[in-house]
Amino acid sequence: MIKESLLNPAEAHVQQQIGAGDYWLHRIEKGQTLRITDLEGNQAADTLFFNADDTAERYSMSDTLRGQHNVFLTAGSVLRSNDDRPMLTIVADTCGRHDTLGGACATESNTVRYDLEKRHMHACRDSWMLAVAEHPEYGLTRRDITHNINFFMNVPVTHEGGLTFADGISAPGKYVELVAQMNILVLISNCPQLNNPCNGYNPTPILVSVW
Amino acid sequence: MTTSYQTQLPAGSHWSFVMRSGSALTLTDVAGGANVGMLFYNPENLLERYNAPDTLKCQHTFRLTAGHCLYSDMGRIFCGIEADSFGWHESVCGTLNAQQTAALFGSSDYQQARNQRHQNGYDSFLVELAKYGLGKRDMAACINFFAQVRADDNGTLQREQQGAQGAEVRLRFAMDTLVLLHTCPHPLTPGGDYPRAPLGLQIDAQRAPLPEICLQRAENQRGLRNNALYQLQGEL
Repeated sequence: MIKESLLNPAEAHVQQQIGAGDYWLHRIEKGQTLRITDLEGNQAADTLFFNADDTAERYSMSDTLRGQHNVFLTAGSVLRSNDDRPMLTIVADTCGRHDTLGGACATESNTVRYDLEKRHMHACRDSWMLAVAEHPEYGLTRRDITHNINFFMNVPVTHEGGLTFADGISAPGKYVELVAQMNILVLISNCPQLNNPCNGYNPTPILVSVW
Repeated sequence: MTTSYQTQLPAGSHWSFVMRSGSALTLTDVAGGANVGMLFYNPENLLERYNAPDTLKCQHTFRLTAGHCLYSDMGRIFCGIEADSFGWHESVCGTLNAQQTAALFGSSDYQQARNQRHQNGYDSFLVELAKYGLGKRDMAACINFFAQVRADDNGTLQREQQGAQGAEVRLRFAMDTLVLLHTCPHPLTPGGDYPRAPLGLQIDAQRAPLPEICLQRAENQRGLRNNALYQLQGEL
């Protein structure tokens, strides 16, 4: 569902560009708004959310899908935790559809999906591993890295039970905006994937803003 | 020497065991309507676990059936679905917790109902995880066997069928695997009476490689190569 935001970018107290292949690990407080903007279009922002006060509680793909009986995320979607509590609500979305089935690329899954010799290529789960290693203060480890959201990515499911990776429906300047229902750690890997159309074979920067 | 073991689990129960590489596990929906939530871990490295998104995207599928392989988050194949007379198992709906179970089927605790209590899949997994030093942080999206869940063009999820009397699915393991399972209701079960379909379970120790049907996709051939590399490290 397309829904525009009324927030003024000039009033955001965080505005940060994240290059493709980089991560962003940041705490936002309950009631704050996070916007992720797809600056150049066709980018995938692979995102994990944690309860900042108890990181064993985190975004759950299955609780979210079951809670809304739908596989796509858009304005109105409530992102639920593994304790089945609301973590964030999508309040604005100019893209219209975001994926949470496709997971994040990893060097290991790249060998299966593309070629055994693509193990060396940079992947989202590498960015997450580096993030948890460089920020021990948050108490996150590999155990906490589970199923994520791919903002701006389009993964339709067919009636026969197929799963396709379609061309993105995002475009330059499209954004998604979420309001935190609890204190949240946001962990984004701005996807460096060069092997599939999730970012048009051309990874580009995203912009994160917090109000 | 005993080469096979057979048992039946009532609905609302849980179990765990290690399957050895090459062995087979057969699940049978004895009476119709069974649901089996299942998770996999590598017993040598419990941080390696079943990954539903990798499993689905590696094979471009939303439904799981014969010929599909079930992947770890390290690019390796825990097992392949060797045979399946049901045809559609799902891996995105997860499992119900205590509150959701009570909301759907009413509260029913052990003091009141003994083993007929309305046990939930989340607690079942927690109990089995704890036996191996694991916990909530180690839980991932499970597979729900015998659950046909379809998504329409708008992405709306609909559970179309749950089990069928006599339906069977056989898993052939490609590496040593810690299996956790519960027989609690599927998350999209309509409310009302707590479902009571038992599960038939057979473990066959006789070793066999992944069948041809599981190796038709190039992805699965590469996944098996990753298993072989892991095996090689063990033998060096």
